[in-house]
Amino acid sequence: MAAEEIRADETVDVTHLVCPNTFVKTKVVLDGLDEGQILAVRLNDGEPVQNVPRSLKEEGHEVLRLDPNDDGTFTLYVKKVGD
Amino acid sequence: MALSDEQIERYSRHILLKEIGAKGQKKLLEAKVLVIGAGGLGCPVGLYLAAAGVGTIGVADADTVDLSNLQRQIAHTTADIGKPKVQSLKESMEAINPDVTVHAYQKFIDSSNIRELIREYDFIVDGTDNFAAKFLINDACVMEKKPFSHAGILRFQGQLMTYIPGQGPCYRCVFKDMPPKDAIPTCRQAGVIGAMAGVIGSLQAMETVKFITGTGTLLVGQLLTYDGINQSFRKIKLPPCDGKCAICGEHPTITELRDYEQPACELRL
Repeated sequence: MAAEEIRADETVDVTHLVCPNTFVKTKVVLDGLDEGQILAVRLNDGEPVQNVPRSLKEEGHEVLRLDPNDDGTFTLYVKKVGD
Repeated sequence: MALSDEQIERYSRHILLKEIGAKGQKKLLEAKVLVIGAGGLGCPVGLYLAAAGVGTIGVADADTVDLSNLQRQIAHTTADIGKPKVQSLKESMEAINPDVTVHAYQKFIDSSNIRELIREYDFIVDGTDNFAAKFLINDACVMEKKPFSHAGILRFQGQLMTYIPGQGPCYRCVFKDMPPKDAIPTCRQAGVIGAMAGVIGSLQAMETVKFITGTGTLLVGQLLTYDGINQSFRKIKLPPCDGKCAICGEHPTITELRDYEQPACELRL
């Protein structure tokens, strides 16, 4: 069953970065969004997929979904919570 | 202002902190801090603030680097002996982080120039080594409504407190006036362990970063003391201003700054 499409307000690609800069870059972009807006983060499999969503949750943001892409990367949808 | 990729990487360990984040880092980059004294305290303060990306940092000191300074004034090197301390410190700060602007003031800070100087800055750090300068900085900051970090070190002991206008007692509320001359240690007694400057200066840098980013609790109305012999910290709650303080009270008797006489032996606190 095809999942419902999520419309992101902003996208960021962190596939060229390593820990902890994957999360750092994500945080910086998220910082520029308004509460309730959605950010799509393109990240690599492995450590980024494990750590970035967890770190976002720890900071109180709402992780909506993690979708696999055709090229082996993932797209993470996160909704900004709080200012 | 958007952070560049290089800035994001340089300040990543700040941005990672929930309490700082990109917003806090931008505040640091936009902040202006004046460090008075480029010695034992001023060196670690200057280095940490530069490393932290405090965008504009002023350093003021009239002295030149002396061999006896190097045991504790860690921004100066042996090759800097004879050089103005502010120049040596500025070079060290810029070597750590070319992202920051350092203004070097090689002059004595006294009652004639301090108010004009501190007016340009958001936060003042007292890194001086004598009571006359400490009262001068306090009184000027109260008059100009500037927050500042006080600190002093001697032998194996150090102390610091933070003044925020309208939020707590000032240095003069606590210490009233210059100590009598026979109560000030003579030169021979006035040794100091080098790392004490690092401990207390780093705590001043911590207060500064927290003030700029609005993080946590500051040492307002509290004196933090550190005893290096016993490795013990104490936080002493200070009484609030009783309204009778000569500078920050309801009817201040000090309406103009004055320069106190320094004891002849030039002790280094």
